[in-house]
This record gives sequence, structure tokens and C-alpha cells, in this order.
Amino acid sequence: MTTRRAERLVNLVICLLATRHYLTAEQIRRAVPGYEADDGTDRAKEAFKRMFERDKAELREIGVPLETGRRSVFDDEDGYRIARDAYELPAISLAADEAAAVGLAARLWHSAALGGAAEGALHKLRAAGVSLDEHAAVPLEPRLDSGEPAFGVCFAAATERRELRFDYRRPDASEPTQRRIHPWGVVARRGRWYVAGFDLARGAPRAFRLSRFAGRPKAVGPAGAFQRPEDVDLVAMVATAAPASEVTARVRVRPGAAEGLRRIGKASADDPDLIDIPLSDLQALADRVTSFGADALVEEPGALREAVMHRLHRLAGMTGAPVERSP
Amino acid sequence: MSPAADRVPRLLALIPYLQAHPDIEISSAARDFGISADELREDLNLLWMCGLPGHGPGDLIDLSFDDDHVAVTFDAGMSRPLRLTTHEAVALIVALRTLAATPGLIEQEAVSRALAKIEEAAGAQAQAAAAVTVAVDGQDASLAVLRRAVRAGQAVALTYYSAGRDARTDRTVDPMRLLLVDGHWYLEAWCRRAEGVRMFRLDRIEELDQLDEPSRPPPEVAPRDISGGLFLPSPEDVEVRIRLLPWARWVADYYPCQSVVEVGDELLVTLRSSDTTWVRRLVAGLGGAAEVLDPPALADEIAQDARQALASYDSVPGRSDMA
Repeated sequence: MTTRRAERLVNLVICLLATRHYLTAEQIRRAVPGYEADDGTDRAKEAFKRMFERDKAELREIGVPLETGRRSVFDDEDGYRIARDAYELPAISLAADEAAAVGLAARLWHSAALGGAAEGALHKLRAAGVSLDEHAAVPLEPRLDSGEPAFGVCFAAATERRELRFDYRRPDASEPTQRRIHPWGVVARRGRWYVAGFDLARGAPRAFRLSRFAGRPKAVGPAGAFQRPEDVDLVAMVATAAPASEVTARVRVRPGAAEGLRRIGKASADDPDLIDIPLSDLQALADRVTSFGADALVEEPGALREAVMHRLHRLAGMTGAPVERSP
Repeated sequence: MSPAADRVPRLLALIPYLQAHPDIEISSAARDFGISADELREDLNLLWMCGLPGHGPGDLIDLSFDDDHVAVTFDAGMSRPLRLTTHEAVALIVALRTLAATPGLIEQEAVSRALAKIEEAAGAQAQAAAAVTVAVDGQDASLAVLRRAVRAGQAVALTYYSAGRDARTDRTVDPMRLLLVDGHWYLEAWCRRAEGVRMFRLDRIEELDQLDEPSRPPPEVAPRDISGGLFLPSPEDVEVRIRLLPWARWVADYYPCQSVVEVGDELLVTLRSSDTTWVRRLVAGLGGAAEVLDPPALADEIAQDARQALASYDSVPGRSDMA
């Protein structure tokens, strides 16, 4: 953004905050420096119109509540103003321990989307006189997000209650399929982001991992297209994406090896190398068992055994010869 | 948001900020806004040209400078900061709720009070926070014990499962700090056994004892800068090139890669690791969705191991034959 434009926008905010009456575009053009002067030509008129439209959009984008209305019934065009109480951050004061909590909270985000927003919020709180010492030495370095590119679109669609469309890859399928959902919200669990909502094609609630999106999601249609159910528990939707079951897998492990399987299961009473593991997500457990290669062999169930053998067949063909592929 | 797009919100916040901090030093104000002193001076020069319609001498924002200090003498009506945007409200509220759901970290009561105040100040924007939820690992007692140990500066003894090496070890460590990264808690500590700084993931700590001796990491040891990721490559690392099929692309997001090249809808990534066992397990666990291209010996090892596993399955065809 040019310095001239930044200056014009600040002047525009000051002007619209100062006025009690709605000002028409023409009045604003005369009151705020930096707009194309009116030399009576259509070109100048058109240039001003475009500039003013962009400025209004920019102010709305950064959260300035522009009001539109008419001074009286005799006016034949809309005017603009900013109501001071809608613009101003209400009075707020934080005790030292509350300020410490807010400072720490803001540091939880590292992605551009939320980290930048948290930073912006702190600027405003400081401008409201809250004293925040972000640099306080806390032996604690929290971080919540890893910056999913799809986050922004999903979050916006969920808050605006618009339909969301995206291509999604299931871990066991190679081709993405298009999904259409009413997004209820985005959820982070164990470092992974999900969008949870109502799957329109399947007619049921579903959760989707953002890192499995192919390409960019798109919000389509009007805002307010659906209601979020009041009692919905988004975390539970994500946690039960793979429903728990009573099935137990039995895996034989090499003595002294596959510690990672032993700790998620239980050795059978008479054989320390025969491990029973609760089976909730077959594909996930197949991945895990396969990662131990010849150190872990599935005895049952057959479906898990087949899933692991299928993976082993693919791995057995690996040659390591560089494959040059054209895009 | 680009730095340029951040400028107008900052300009709007500056005048009320300077009024709340009369005669503040320019460099401290710049630090609070995360910009350089020169950038702040440019902002002040710009604001000096702004003011009420008419733009006569009495209409313009007026600032007074005294050495490196600045104060506002006329604010042109910009006395309060702008309200929080939806994103700003969500970022703070969701993070505070996360802290509130993480006992043992900071004073819970202060978090609830702060949350209530921020929600009130955010007004209608606070409702958008319902659309974002962060589930933090239900951390058991170990977080509280370690937090006490970090605070009190005491060493701890722990039994740790290392997923990379698939091994369980007992260690005595000198805790330095706790980190919450991507939903997992880590302890950064000096490990007396390895004689180096190590990261321990809390859900892999199997046993934990606070010791009656002080934590004494060597004085030259400093907490690591983790902005580039938790695990930093070292010169001794082996470079591994891997081809990721579309459904294994997430690997590039979750592990630090030296390079990532898009080839169609596949990725060619280069990882560096001190430990090829870890890479072997990663690739095998992807079950064919990833292929090691280089070093070929590593690819061969994984393939051979898979063939050996298949041979064992063939010799023991089904469970009925096992009995």
C-alpha cells in the first residue's frame, strides 16, 4: 500500500468519525485529501468512484464499521459515517495476572493467519492502555498451529455459515473426491487441523483433516445457509472419526524389538512377545505395524493381516533408482 | 496479511497508544508494535499530515517530540483503538480457552477472569470463536510435576520411550522449559546421559520422579529457537530423498524438509536425519505411499525387510496353522 493511500484512509476514518450526519461520496471527496479532483470529466468521476469503492472495502476488511444511510427522506443518495460506539474498543483493564494470561495466549499461535491476528489484538489492547509484557521470562514456549493453508477459508465459511466445497483424499484412496459440507467449525487435535460439519452428499456429520485437502477449498453460496446444531461437540466428532470398537488385534513381535507396539498393547500372560492391541482404526494400525517391518507379524484379525501384507508388497518393490518424472 | 496491509490498523492504533503512554520513548513504542524505530518515525510523520476536514493548523493531529520521546497534543478524535476484528477476537479467545483447558500451566483463575474480560470487550465478534476449537492432549500428572520442577529448578529422573529409536531408556535430566508444539507438550532439558539438550514428548514419558537435587544445565546451554521447527538438522545428518505419492503429501507438512519440489501431484522431498532407522520406520509406515530414491541402499534395506516379513507370513499362512 502506498503512503498516499494509507494517509487517505486515516483521513477518511477521522472524517467519518467526526461527522454526525451521513456524508455523501461527493462531500467526502471534498473533505478528504487525496481523492481525484473533480475536473468535470467522466474519467475523473470514474476514477474517484473506483478509488472510493476500494477504500470502503479496505476499511471494512480491517473491521471499521462503516454505516450507510440517508440524512433525510429528501436525500437521493446514500451517505456514510462511523458511529463512535461501534468503532471504539470498550474500556478494558486487566490485572497483572490476567495480562500475563493474555500475553501467553497470544503466543500460542505461530501461523500468519492467527499469529498476525493475535498480534493485532495486542496492539489494540495496548492502545487501550492495557499493559502487557509479552517478553516476560516464562519457561514455556507454547505453539498450537502449524499453519494449514486451508484454515482461513474453512474458518471463514464456518463463521459466515456458507457451504464449503473441497477435494479430499482419503488415506487409502489415490484419487481425491469432491465433498460438499455445511461447516460447523474447525478443530485442532494433536497438532492436526480438521473441519467438522454436515456432509451434504452423505447426509451425515463428518470430520475432514485439512492436510488431506487437494487444492484450495471454496466457500460457495450465500451466508447464513444453515444453522449449526447447538449441542454439537466438534472435538468428539474429530475424535470419533474412527469409532472405537471392541476388536483386538494380535501381533507377534520379535523378542526385544517393536517397543512402540508393546506400549500401545498388552503382552499375553504366557508369551511376552505376543501382543494384544485394541483395534479402532484398521488403516492406522496397519501403518503402524508395517513400520516395524519384519519385527512384527499380525496374527489376527485377517483384515489387518491383509492390509499389512498389501503394504509390504508395495514396499518390497522399492528399488531406490531415481525416477525422473515430468510434471 | 502482508506488512503493508497491517499498516492502516497500526496507524489507527498509534494515536490512542501514544495517549495511553505519554512521552514514551520511540524505540519502546516501536518494540510494542513489532517494527523498527525508523518505521515508527515514518508512521508518525504520516499521522502528522492527517486530521479533521479542513486540514488547517488546528485540525491536524499534533505531536510533540522531545529527544527520542513523543507525545500527542491533539488527537483529531482518535482517542480509542478500533474494536477487535473477528479474527483477532477468535485468536485470543480460542487461545485463552485452550489455556483454561490445560490445568497446571498457569493460574486457572486468572485465565478465566482474562477470558471473561476479552469476551466482553470483543462483543459480537466473540461469537465467532465458537467455530474454532483446540483440543489439547489430556495431560496427566506429568505436566504439573514438570512445571513444578522447572519453577523450582530441580532435576528429574524419567523413563522415556523414544519413537525414533523404538527404545525405552532411563535418564536424569535438568529441565529448562516446557513447550506446547502442535498439540503436544515437550520438555526441553539437558540430558546428563546424552550430555546434550534433548526434547522429551510428555506422552512418551512413562515414569517420572522429581529429584532432591538442583537442575544444573551447563551455563553455556541456551533454549533453542524453535521458530524453524522443533528438530534442527546437524552437519552429521544423512540426506534422504523421498518421493511422496499424493496421499502421503502431509509428510512434508509434519517433518522439516530441506527441499520440497512439486512433480505433478506428487512431492519430491529431501529430509536430513541423524538416524536412518527413523526414516526407515517413517517410510515403511507409509506402506508404499512413499519411496526412498536416495540413498539407494536405504531403499534396498526397506524392501528387503518387507520381503523378509512377507516370507514369514507365507511360512505361517493363517492363524489356524499357528496353534
